[in-house]
Amino acid sequence: MVDERTGGPLPTLPRKRARAGRGASRLIQAGFLVGLVVIWYLAATRWGVNRLLLPNPVAVYDNLLDILRSGEFVGDLQTTLGELAVAFAISAAGGVTLGYVISRSRYWIAVFEPLFAAIYSIPIILFLPLFVLFFGLGPASKIALGAAISFFPIVINTIAGFGHVDPLFVRVARSMGASDYHLFRHVLLPAASPVILTGLRMGFTVALLSIIGSETLASLAGLGYHIVHLAEAMEMARMYAYIVFVIAIAVTLNAVVSRLEARGKRD
Amino acid sequence: MATSEVAIRVRGVFHRFGEEGEQRFVRALVDTSLDVGEGELLCLIGPSGCGKSTLLNIMGGLMAPSSGTVEARGQLVHGPLPRDIAFVFQENSLFPWNTVIENIELGMVFQGVAKSERAARAAEALAAVGLKEFAQHYPAQLSGGMRQRAALARALSLKTPILLMDEPFGALDEQTRMILGEDLSVLLAESRKTIVFVTHSLGEAVFLADRVAVFSARPGSIKQVIVIDEPHPRRPEFVTSAKFTSLRNQLYGLLHDEIRKAVQQSGAGDTGRTGMESA
Repeated sequence: MVDERTGGPLPTLPRKRARAGRGASRLIQAGFLVGLVVIWYLAATRWGVNRLLLPNPVAVYDNLLDILRSGEFVGDLQTTLGELAVAFAISAAGGVTLGYVISRSRYWIAVFEPLFAAIYSIPIILFLPLFVLFFGLGPASKIALGAAISFFPIVINTIAGFGHVDPLFVRVARSMGASDYHLFRHVLLPAASPVILTGLRMGFTVALLSIIGSETLASLAGLGYHIVHLAEAMEMARMYAYIVFVIAIAVTLNAVVSRLEARGKRD
Repeated sequence: MATSEVAIRVRGVFHRFGEEGEQRFVRALVDTSLDVGEGELLCLIGPSGCGKSTLLNIMGGLMAPSSGTVEARGQLVHGPLPRDIAFVFQENSLFPWNTVIENIELGMVFQGVAKSERAARAAEALAAVGLKEFAQHYPAQLSGGMRQRAALARALSLKTPILLMDEPFGALDEQTRMILGEDLSVLLAESRKTIVFVTHSLGEAVFLADRVAVFSARPGSIKQVIVIDEPHPRRPEFVTSAKFTSLRNQLYGLLHDEIRKAVQQSGAGDTGRTGMESA
């Protein structure tokens, strides 16, 4: 097959096939989710699963609409997003700054990289009781926990990004007279930023997870707290509706952050 | 030496990596002295690990010698001299996150060229190496030969009187490097720069150089300097002339024993050392 205008092979064919393949896989993914809801519906209405455990999805949907319409979620959402924003700001600023400082010395990299990697591998959420003892049941303990947990992927990736810039690039820049500022702005930063952006995205995700998670365990407000509160009040349909709502928020936030990461890497 | 002025003066340079007794201890250069004349093209040739790249880095102020001195155009070298000396490195020295034109302009930013001048100088340098059409390409979109042309354009745009080239065509195939060598000979004959050119290739050395400094095996020092008495720019016919062949054979004779020695030093199958040299 030859393109009549350029005489070259038709370039669109493989791309079209790839797009068709992607369309098909999207269809299967959507079908899978629809199937889950159908099974849920059948289990709740036909197979006699206890209504307290598994409410009718139609009732959940009605509750969800009611939550959105009434705006009762606003206060909890503000609490959770506020905690997330402060926690992420702390861990991003602290992790990137400390990571950069450590990356300037081979010795400090050798000391801290394995140390942070080891701490990163332990479940910090286990220390939640301590965080609550130190910071109370309010937002402060969620912020501290979220910041502590998200600090590690950020600092580890920042060390990796700044610490493993090809020394040839530094030599090339210095040979042409690059100042320290030039070196940072035009060599270190662009070389390291893809890895750092990945660390920031990972940090954001774990901050979100740990904040909502800790709200369900020990808290006075926030989306996670509200879900547990509804469970204790046996309002199962409404609790499910809240879970769906929180999932939608989390998916949206992660999509936004992934998009920002991709854009940052392209520039 | 045809010219009277000395551009680079190397005196009694020693260099070692690591400390005596350490496993990584290497005596790279021993008592090396050399003058490079103004406007001269000098090739450094020698076996792997003989210290020729080390000497080049020391000449350009990118490495400090263990002892000895280097003067470039009358000033003592103890750090990079971006106004006087530009480098072309072996490969992949362009910043992959910048386009070709951005790479060239960035060099001038580092060097301190006024913003108003950069675009014109970058365009001129790109045209000189025949890459005008590829200004907006990223290095990854270019062939190895084109990347080296772009790196050369970046060095040319800096308009330094001295150019130090560290095996700039070392990673290219034989045919590409032949063409680049011919183009380089023409380009440099016009520019009247002082050039030191490190190479592995005997043919490249004879084709490009006014003089060839042959290194001994490690610990490296200059064994002999051979004069290539042939006007620039060199014609492609030069390669097939009897003069070229006899000079090449003379170089081969000088190098052969040193390469044998170098191979014995590194031990059969020890490839770990070869990476040291460009460092």
